[in-house]
Amino acid sequence: MAEERRPKQCTVVLPTESMKAMAESIGVGQLQEESCAALSEEVSYRIKEIAQDALKFMHHGKRRKLTTSDIDHALKLKNVEPLYGFQSQEFIPFRFASGGGRELHFYEEKEVDLSDIINTPLPRVPLDVSLKAHWLSIEGVQPAIPENPPPAPKEQQKAESTEPLKVVKPGQEEEGSIQKGQGAISAEAKGKKEGLMRMKPRSTHELSVEQQLYYKEITEACVGSCEAKRAEALQSIATDPGLYQMLPRFSTFISEGVRVNVVQNNLALLIYLMRMVKALMDNPTLYLEKYLHELIPAVVTCIVSKQLCLRPDVDNHWALRDFAARLMAQSCKTFSTTTNNIQSRITKTFTKSWLDEKTQWTTRYGCIAGLSELGPDVIKTLILPRLTVEGARIKAVSEGPVVSNIDKIGADHVQSLLLKHCASVIAKTRPLPDNMEQYRADYGYLGPTLCSHVVKARAQAALQAQQVNRTTLTITQPRPTLTVSQSGIGGSGGSRSPSIIKVPSSLTLMSTRPGTPTQPSPPATKYIVMATSAGASSTQQVLDGSLVITLSSSSGSSVTSTVASATSTLQPLVKLESRGAGGLGGSRPLQKYIVVSLPTSASSSLESKSGMLPPSSSSTSPISLEAGMKMDHTGYVPNGTLLPI
Amino acid sequence: MAAVQDGQLNMEVEKDIKTEITNDGSGNINANSSSPGSTSSGGKSKSPAGSGEDQQTLLAVLQFLKRNKLTESVDILRREAGLSADADDSPVSDSAGAGSGGVPNVSADGGDANSLLSRVSIATPVAPPATAPPKATGSMASGGEDQPDVNVVLSAYSQQGDPVLYPLYYNGLKKFIESVLDCHRAELSQVFYPLFVHMYLELVYNNHENEAKQFFEKFSGDQECYYEEDLRILSSMSKKEHMKGNETMLDFRTSKFVLRISRDSYQLLKRHLQERQNNQIWNIIQEHLYIDIFDGMPRSKSQIDAMSGSLAGEGKRDANKAKVFYGLLKEPEIEVPLDDEDEEAENEEGKPKKKKPKKDSMGSKSKKQDPNAPQQTRIPLPELKDSDKLDKIMNMKEATKKIRLSPDNLPSICFYSFLNAYQGLTAVDFTDDSSLIAGGFADSTVRVWSVTPKKLRRVKSAADLSNIDKESDDVLERIMDEKTASESKILYGHSGPVYGISFSPDRNYLLSSSEDGTVRLWSLQTFTCLVGYKGHNYPVWDTQFSPYGYYFISGGHDRVARLWATDHYQPLRMFAGHLADITCTLFHPNSNYVATGSADRTIRLWDVLTGNCVRILTGHKGPIHSLAFSPNGKFMASGATDGRVLLWDVGHGLMVGELKGHSDTIYALKFSRDGEILASGSMDNTVKLWDTLKAFDDVELDDFTAATGHIHLPENSQELLLGTYMTKSTPVIHLHFTRRNLLLAAGAYNP
Repeated sequence: MAEERRPKQCTVVLPTESMKAMAESIGVGQLQEESCAALSEEVSYRIKEIAQDALKFMHHGKRRKLTTSDIDHALKLKNVEPLYGFQSQEFIPFRFASGGGRELHFYEEKEVDLSDIINTPLPRVPLDVSLKAHWLSIEGVQPAIPENPPPAPKEQQKAESTEPLKVVKPGQEEEGSIQKGQGAISAEAKGKKEGLMRMKPRSTHELSVEQQLYYKEITEACVGSCEAKRAEALQSIATDPGLYQMLPRFSTFISEGVRVNVVQNNLALLIYLMRMVKALMDNPTLYLEKYLHELIPAVVTCIVSKQLCLRPDVDNHWALRDFAARLMAQSCKTFSTTTNNIQSRITKTFTKSWLDEKTQWTTRYGCIAGLSELGPDVIKTLILPRLTVEGARIKAVSEGPVVSNIDKIGADHVQSLLLKHCASVIAKTRPLPDNMEQYRADYGYLGPTLCSHVVKARAQAALQAQQVNRTTLTITQPRPTLTVSQSGIGGSGGSRSPSIIKVPSSLTLMSTRPGTPTQPSPPATKYIVMATSAGASSTQQVLDGSLVITLSSSSGSSVTSTVASATSTLQPLVKLESRGAGGLGGSRPLQKYIVVSLPTSASSSLESKSGMLPPSSSSTSPISLEAGMKMDHTGYVPNGTLLPI
Repeated sequence: MAAVQDGQLNMEVEKDIKTEITNDGSGNINANSSSPGSTSSGGKSKSPAGSGEDQQTLLAVLQFLKRNKLTESVDILRREAGLSADADDSPVSDSAGAGSGGVPNVSADGGDANSLLSRVSIATPVAPPATAPPKATGSMASGGEDQPDVNVVLSAYSQQGDPVLYPLYYNGLKKFIESVLDCHRAELSQVFYPLFVHMYLELVYNNHENEAKQFFEKFSGDQECYYEEDLRILSSMSKKEHMKGNETMLDFRTSKFVLRISRDSYQLLKRHLQERQNNQIWNIIQEHLYIDIFDGMPRSKSQIDAMSGSLAGEGKRDANKAKVFYGLLKEPEIEVPLDDEDEEAENEEGKPKKKKPKKDSMGSKSKKQDPNAPQQTRIPLPELKDSDKLDKIMNMKEATKKIRLSPDNLPSICFYSFLNAYQGLTAVDFTDDSSLIAGGFADSTVRVWSVTPKKLRRVKSAADLSNIDKESDDVLERIMDEKTASESKILYGHSGPVYGISFSPDRNYLLSSSEDGTVRLWSLQTFTCLVGYKGHNYPVWDTQFSPYGYYFISGGHDRVARLWATDHYQPLRMFAGHLADITCTLFHPNSNYVATGSADRTIRLWDVLTGNCVRILTGHKGPIHSLAFSPNGKFMASGATDGRVLLWDVGHGLMVGELKGHSDTIYALKFSRDGEILASGSMDNTVKLWDTLKAFDDVELDDFTAATGHIHLPENSQELLLGTYMTKSTPVIHLHFTRRNLLLAAGAYNP
């Protein structure tokens, strides 16, 4: 390596053209080739010399990055006047230009109008230096607190699970600068000393008292009645770096919970458990692969189970199936490899039970939902060919003799689900025109309705294309949550992304973690604004679809009132609302603002009003569940307002 | 004049022909020597020759003259010197004058033939004597053997070897060393690097740019990887003009590269070079290398690698022979107040029995004079003030509550993160009692924080002070201005980044050193600057108070460490000797010695009393950025940019341990209060704890190793490593053990 580099170092010299260009820039026209060569050599040498001195300053400045001030100081050492104007902390914006066979990099010096500078508001004063103490280690053991890095990074969790026989020596992990629980190191060192070689290191899953307490609190909050607590707990699961010790317990908790609650048809609890799965998947520090064998069956159960609730006719178990299907799709995306083949196995399972004639409508719905979440390709190859058959079946139920109400509802849901997913795919793949008859010929009973849906989808796509650059919402910046959370965490939290911030007026801002691998649609920032009031009226508004939210970074207190007052102000959102209901795939990097107004009590009036989300058997309020579930999609808006943009 | 021209032209032509066929460089030399080199050499040549140099010198001058076809001068000189003449002619001196006629063609031919011969002889070692047929000696303008002398006299690098032959020489030596017995090979391989450097510099100096470049490309890959940094600097130097004012260049020229080679190996090398008549290399060895020959077994590769790496080779053995009084000074007699205080404390706590023996042992220990300790008054130390005594008492009380650390009982680490420092934190220090933290910043400020509930207060203004009742008991409280109480204070005064910072032991002063070349003394009573010590004209990288206060040391880019006393505005001692920037400074616990680490990759220990360098410790492969003495003063630890910590026995001047594990520069090192554990903090965001008791135990120090300094380092870094603690994204730049053995670490959070 060094050998390769050194000769280069020896020979790197500025090109003579640069000398010419520089000479020209200061007015020396004709420069001899030899002078250029001599100059370039001299200049290269001096530059290297200065760079070496600058490195010294970087080292003493305890930095890894060379800054312009280092170069200034190095110049000062040589009694050269420093360069002025290169004060940029981050990078120096050199610009590139070419022409006349020449290529130039130059530093753009714009003329700046002083009045502009004077008139611009002052930038925020940077925070002053402050000192913060935390425990890096307590008697040799590093506590798992946010200030410390996660005790076991993902790579190590992976290494542990995939190569359990490989004894991790302290030296090896240092090379990769991977750290490990300290107790383990000394224990291992001792083990080595005594010459005891274990076949497989006993993996300890003992939880400290604090961890046990945490586990208890979290699980209770997750399935408890207080929605605010649940949100916090889920946020904690999704962001805390030190959970890997508890992961096996969480995983068992979820799988056991699903098993029990499916039998008891406890919809609410199933929903809570699925939200836990989602939170676990969102946590970037966890290596979930190890526990998929418990989690996937649980999720699949929630998708395809025959009965998920006590009253299938009224309860909105469909939402759960949708949500779980989305989870499934997400885990397929994240975890599917050539060895475990999760995606193909799951696809097979869904298809098999869907093809089965005796399958009930609920399961059928689940299978279709699960498949369609897997992406347009799956829809195209697996669902579209069966539309005719499925249409006939639906027709049999809806137009045939009245069977049970449940079947009818099921058929309805399957129909709308098929329409929703297929329409968007067909809109993209099928060439115009959209002929009703042609559709009927191709897709059978569902053809005509499908056709109208496709037309709508196409219109929407066009509209969307128009609106991409138009701002419809006057929302200041995507910043507010970030800044709030920064001050909340106190800076040393660092990479932790903002979580839940409590604003005095019971307003909770949530933003999903940016950059989590589990988020399919790229850089969409989402806000969920939940306010505990104004259930009925706001619901109405949302269904009407005209609503403006103004989120300002500083005052979140007036959100509820804005919801009410802004009703009449902005029209474009009507369209958006309808599109959202039509099932817009979040493929564009759009920001979604979701406002959910929380009713003061889980009243039954809501249920009747929305008709889609019946109250759960417990006294918990279903709304926030919706909030959680509607993070990605905006399909069902029972008693909150969802505004996709 | 014309004749000279002619001659040159002839040479030129010949050269052209020859380069095609034989690639001989003899013509080259002549051409060169008559260009810039010759004027300078001509000017200088007289004085040394006249000043009665030995015969060799005369011979050399003769050859020089001859080469320039100044046959007359040759003759005169010959006659004057009474040498047996080979050549003839008469007139007077000097190269600048016209060279009259002569027989240029003939002599040139002779030279060529000769050079060819010599080249043959070099290529095939069978016929070494063939080089010098007596007739040709006079006209030997090329080849090896006659080379050295002139140039030695003239300048360090004006040797005019045949540039084309350099790779051959080097290769020949390489082949020889590769063919030598294994046990000698490692030792002899040490010669490569300095030879390489000097040959390259010679080539550059003599304007053989292309040859130099080729030489570098050909052989730079062979050098040990830890010289990479220097090689890079070297590679950038491709012209003679560059050598002017280049520090590295200067180092190589002015100082001899020190090698330790066993007598056997040395003889081998010597014999080889003499057999081959390989004077070029022999000269470099004589001129620029210092070979420290020892009797005994040749060292192994690992032994050599452990010690090498510094800019100027290893330390000479006799450089480390001076006795170092590494013991601690006797604690002053403050037992009496201690007893009283303790008695009270004991009574309060109600268990006097347990404490009594402890205290006694402590007292007796401090009474006994350490045989290795310097005399109490070897250097004058400031008298203890009452407040110092109080502090000592506090210290002892705390010490009784100290946690005993061991591998099974690791210290807790409290990390102080500097938030919003924007990469600007450059230095940190804690007071000994851990009540204050000071930070030096790149924006030239110094900030002091109080980490106890006690806030920082300023002394009242003079006018207010006069109103105070000076007789009252709490006068010390009264002089403080409550209005100024705050958790932190900012000290403005420097005009460049603050690179070093140090609290005085009594917590009344703070020192800071900066890029602006000054060291400033701040009062922590008034929070103002008291003195700016000017002496370093370049950035001052580090400064450190003596453990007894009053004295302090500073070192920086000017390579000189200065010892100051706070009440003198000029330094008391200047410690010069390092070949590159002094990057860190540290007082020995007994205040009689000062250790400095440098970018030349050596550590030097200086005697404060005499100003002598008493230890040169080599072994690091990068600039040294941190030093720590063990509390008993016997050992030292040092950390460098290469990510290794080296342990040293100060008394013997030996390396006794190597701790590998960090992956980046180590900026902080500290021994625990009892010396059982060494904590190291690095740029790689980790704090590591090492078992030093074991490290020092593992070293077997028999008389032989102690005498020769050749130590087998056990490869036991992993066993010694007790723990690694990673921060999220905070480089660790300072460590401190509190009096109760809690480890404090500090660094700037770097999102």
